[in-house]
Amino acid sequence: MNGSDIIFYLLAAMTLVCGLLSVTTRQIFRAAIYLLFALIGVAGIYFWMEYEFIAAVQIVVYVGGIVVLIIFSIFLTQQAGEKMPRQRLDRKIFAALAVFCGFALTMVQVYKQVYYTSDAPAQTATVANIGKKMLNVNEEGYALPFEVISMLLLAAMVGCIVIAMRQKPDEQTAQPTEKTN
Amino acid sequence: MQPGLYHILFISAALFFIGVYGFFTRRNLITLLMSIELILNSVNLNFIAFNKYLWPGRMDGLFFTLFIIAIAAAEAAVAIAIIINLYRSHQSIDVNDAEELKY
Repeated sequence: MNGSDIIFYLLAAMTLVCGLLSVTTRQIFRAAIYLLFALIGVAGIYFWMEYEFIAAVQIVVYVGGIVVLIIFSIFLTQQAGEKMPRQRLDRKIFAALAVFCGFALTMVQVYKQVYYTSDAPAQTATVANIGKKMLNVNEEGYALPFEVISMLLLAAMVGCIVIAMRQKPDEQTAQPTEKTN
Repeated sequence: MQPGLYHILFISAALFFIGVYGFFTRRNLITLLMSIELILNSVNLNFIAFNKYLWPGRMDGLFFTLFIIAIAAAEAAVAIAIIINLYRSHQSIDVNDAEELKY
């Protein structure tokens, strides 16, 4: 066992343990921090597989964007230090049972499956290669999905603004009376 | 044992089912969103592993991962806008308190 293997097992253990703690802890802020470390572990596995660009995107978008957004929304909606109510035991047991059965079934299928590898010469995932492919309109290019994603991001931005927009003042004064009725 | 495709598929499956467990047992909308992020990450890991070990001549798995990350970011932003709006009108983000579709 050399150093690279040890690093891989450490990253895997960190990812799985932090992921498990993130879905079982009762303090929501700790759940967010465990999620952060689980995502960093996944980014580390990408680094270990020598996909540096994906690892960088993972850290920038997930760790720097989504987790920070989640922590902000926790601050806005949750009282500090308050624990979440305990979930019913029977529901926990059934969920664990279903998850265990699904996991066992998946792993049996994974180990029974025969995988065919292609003999084509390996392409290194350098940033130059990725950029050339992403903006290529030929058969192997990804220009169309790229444009579709840009439209999706625009739509999501407009949607967020519309959802989070405050109502007009006259509607806002009318709303409390509506609620009391 | 040298880590290879099977190890990464194991991690990915385990992460996916951890996310599913969180999705079954949590009742808070923000923690549900965290479970979804774990599930999406396991999918990304799978794509990258298949790209590296089975099909190194193309970069399709890499691009799928990039696009999934972009979609996940958009989804998280919209979900959090909805959650904050729900908190404003219901003073709670528990799924059991959000029973009506409108108002």
